[in-house]
Amino acid sequence: MPEPLLRLEGVHTHIGQYHILQGVDLDVPAGGLTMLLGRNGAGKTTTLRSIMGLWNPSQGRVVFDGTEIGGMGTADIARLGLAYVPENMGLFGNLTVQENMVLAARKGPMDNARLDWIFELFPALKKFWRLPAGNLSGGQKQMLAIARAISEPRRLLLIDEPTKGLAPSIVEALIEAFLDLKRSETTILLVEQNFRMACAVGDSVAVMDDGQIVHTGAMSELAENEALQQRLLGLSLDTHQ
Amino acid sequence: MLNALLSGDLPRSRGLTLILLAILVGLAFAPFLFPGTRSLNTAATICVFIVLVASYDLLLGYTGVVSFAHTMFYGIGAYGVAIMLELWPASWGGILLGSLAGLAVSIALAFVIALFSLRVRAIFFAMVTLAVSSAFMILASQLSGLTGGEDGLSYRVPRELGPAFKLIDTEILGVKVDGRLLNYYLVFLASAGLVLLLLRFVNAPFGRVLQAIRENTFRAEAIGYRTVIYRTIAVCLSAGVASLAGSLMAIWLKYTGPDTTLSLTIMIDILLMLVIGGMGSIYGAVLGATLFILARNYLQNLMDIGASALGDLPLLPALIDPDRWLLWLGVLFILSVYFFPSGIVGRLRAGR
Amino acid sequence: MTDQTASQTETAAPRAPLSERFGKWVPYLLVPVFLILGYLLIGSGPTWATLTLAGLAMGMMIFVMASGLTLVFGLMDILNFGHGAFISIGAFVGATVLLSAGGWTGADSVLLNLGAVLPAMLAAMMVAGGLGYVFERVIVRPVYGAHLKQILVTMGGLIVAEELIRLIWGPDAIPLPRPEAFTGAWIFGMVAIEKYRVYSVILGLIIFLALLWVLGRTRTGLLIRAGVENGEMVEALGYRIRLIFILVFVAGSALAGLGGVMWGLYEQIITAQMGLDVLVLVFIVVIIGGLGSVHGCFIGALLVGLLANYTGYLMPKLALGSNILLMVAVLMWRPQGLLPINKQ
Ligand SMILES: Nc1ncnc2c1ncn2[C@@H]1O[C@H](COP(=O)(O)OP(=O)(O)OP(=O)(O)O)[C@@H](O)[C@H]1O
Ligand SMILES: [Mg+2]
Repeated sequence: MPEPLLRLEGVHTHIGQYHILQGVDLDVPAGGLTMLLGRNGAGKTTTLRSIMGLWNPSQGRVVFDGTEIGGMGTADIARLGLAYVPENMGLFGNLTVQENMVLAARKGPMDNARLDWIFELFPALKKFWRLPAGNLSGGQKQMLAIARAISEPRRLLLIDEPTKGLAPSIVEALIEAFLDLKRSETTILLVEQNFRMACAVGDSVAVMDDGQIVHTGAMSELAENEALQQRLLGLSLDTHQ
Repeated sequence: MLNALLSGDLPRSRGLTLILLAILVGLAFAPFLFPGTRSLNTAATICVFIVLVASYDLLLGYTGVVSFAHTMFYGIGAYGVAIMLELWPASWGGILLGSLAGLAVSIALAFVIALFSLRVRAIFFAMVTLAVSSAFMILASQLSGLTGGEDGLSYRVPRELGPAFKLIDTEILGVKVDGRLLNYYLVFLASAGLVLLLLRFVNAPFGRVLQAIRENTFRAEAIGYRTVIYRTIAVCLSAGVASLAGSLMAIWLKYTGPDTTLSLTIMIDILLMLVIGGMGSIYGAVLGATLFILARNYLQNLMDIGASALGDLPLLPALIDPDRWLLWLGVLFILSVYFFPSGIVGRLRAGR
Repeated sequence: MTDQTASQTETAAPRAPLSERFGKWVPYLLVPVFLILGYLLIGSGPTWATLTLAGLAMGMMIFVMASGLTLVFGLMDILNFGHGAFISIGAFVGATVLLSAGGWTGADSVLLNLGAVLPAMLAAMMVAGGLGYVFERVIVRPVYGAHLKQILVTMGGLIVAEELIRLIWGPDAIPLPRPEAFTGAWIFGMVAIEKYRVYSVILGLIIFLALLWVLGRTRTGLLIRAGVENGEMVEALGYRIRLIFILVFVAGSALAGLGGVMWGLYEQIITAQMGLDVLVLVFIVVIIGGLGSVHGCFIGALLVGLLANYTGYLMPKLALGSNILLMVAVLMWRPQGLLPINKQ
């Protein structure tokens, strides 16, 4: 088995006095889309933030492509080619769509081919290019947040619940976009509550509970095994939709 | 009994207990232990500042709110008494009315300030109080008809509180039992009462809530409205006690002016006393005020001697000139905030 | 499928509701409203013109001093009481340069006068900026994220800086006469236009426009604005926010130093505690404007300057309290200030 692109070994994270992550072991293989699932409060967001250095793990190792990144500054971690789309999207609402994109392309002006590709994925961005990002609708904001993350070629995308609060039709559009992204060979670690989306795009999956990984495997395997879903996620058929 | 008097908040350290006892005994018997006008003046100043600093601790230490208007409330209490004694010289009614008027004005003003600034963010409070108190200071010096302007007010206190009054003819331990002695004990007992009152407040459930808010402002602010109410009450309470301390000072000094009550220098002194003594503990205020005032009264002489002894060396004499007192205090202040945020009391308690 | 959803999202209304868009502009209207009200109450054109110019000049100077403070707050959530120190230091350094320029300030030549004033301002900015750098490293950095300690420590820093000024320049106030070209007034019929005030307004405007240009058109400026909104995300995009912050802190300190020189020449006298005195006005302006907002700070500064001068003429007794009343009124209307920044 090849080295994973990102590996977490026994990561513990404390927020203030609370012990949130209690030994997370997680492998993200290169080139695929790994789903990170779990109930509310399981620690998914905290895991992503610990990878990005927004929380400092108190124990354990975070290794990205052979480099130990636990304890490094967030900016330095980002410069290794990681991009993060937080749960609240983290847009700069007073800046225009264009300015948001300009800042995201840290290495210089975006090349046109890439921009065209992004516009193809998210046509709304082109239309509202000069509008303050704060004025966009919820779905458009989410698209901008993802577009920002892929404004330059990245090696790993960390995306936290992109479908939160979006209408089903827009979720469909996002699924299309993710499938397209996968074809571009980007590695993605995706946190989701929407199980349908997870089934549609995920290659492998890790399930968290109470600050630990409680299950890893192929996404297709979990998608077929309802008993397992029920046990890990408390899902039942009627909440699927 | 002692436990009840201290509201269950015992010093919890042998060293601290000894120092507090020494301060208590020293102040309680000051007229007999340290006879002389200057010493008695120092003792009375210590009493008043203990109250003033302890009431400030209610804000800074227990509530986690920085105020720069504490001297304003102190001044309001002092001017209340001064103005009333100006109207009705040497009357007990003037003292009573002045203290009550000062108390009412202070609490009302504190309420308004707190309501407007704490509603948004606690740090607004620091800026708003600085603005309001500096405006108040200018106002006090401009309304010279009422406040005596820069010169301040001198007035007479009731005869029973002056040196001319003899309670008994015999001397006790070689000390005359005159009105001045009575005045001192009025200040001492009132101060002691106010400190015990503050101890009661901070150890009541109310005080615990304040500390909880301070510990986790983020959570508390998320809960929202109640935080503002609790903090507003603390601000009003602290302003009220500061105002009473001002009234006591006005009675003791028989003089009230901007330099003795309102000036920002006093505000900075209060901050220093509290931080050095130990925030978040009334005993820290007691210790800080006592040490600071003793040091100021006696250390500055020492600096003076040192400066002249060094003669005409370059720079060094200028650095330990008594005028540089504030420079060194400022440095000490910064260092204590960094390295001893819980002050002397914190050290003593940790090292028991 | 994709096409259909895409067109759906495109038609979704991206604009804020009308009241919100309109509400954004109301604070800007306050300045003309103040001007008109002032004119109606004062009644005399020439007096009004003089007072207005004085108010604008004062406002511009306060803006120059306050802009850095508000950005530092917005960017790092740091309330810096030490900002007053940079104002005083700037004034004293500027005064030293001016007073040592000897004949140049007294000469009846605009060029020679400028030859004294410009170096004075540059020196003030450099020293204040350098001090800002030291202040940030020594005083502020160890207390990031702890508001209470920040306030205490920066106040301590202000005290120490004031004392150092007294140590270096002596305890007394220093008179600071204006150079020849900046004294006096132009007379237009009944209206006397004081030269120094005009120059102050022009300089203040230049700085405001330059700030807007930097913040709106340069990458660094975009990063500053982005950082004010969401510093964590700026980091996550790979920028070191600390560098941006130090830059803003130093630039803000330098501007405070410049403001100190301007204020000193305006008052024609400087004292060690002038920084703290002005800081009070600066705080009022920053609160009125909304913490972190440069536009708000500009409006707030103009309002404070105009109000101080109008009430000083109309009701001298009220002049002192007028700014505080203004602050209370604004907070009642908009608890976050006129143009608050929406933090994430
Ligand atoms: N800033 C914080 N302070 C204290 N506790 C926190 C903080 N952030 C998160 N937590 C706690 O950490 C735990 C894990 O939170 P996290 O946000 O990682 O969960 P999650 O799996 O992302 O949940 P969700 O699906 O609801 O987003 C929760 O119990 C939460 O209360
Ligand atoms: Mg989450």
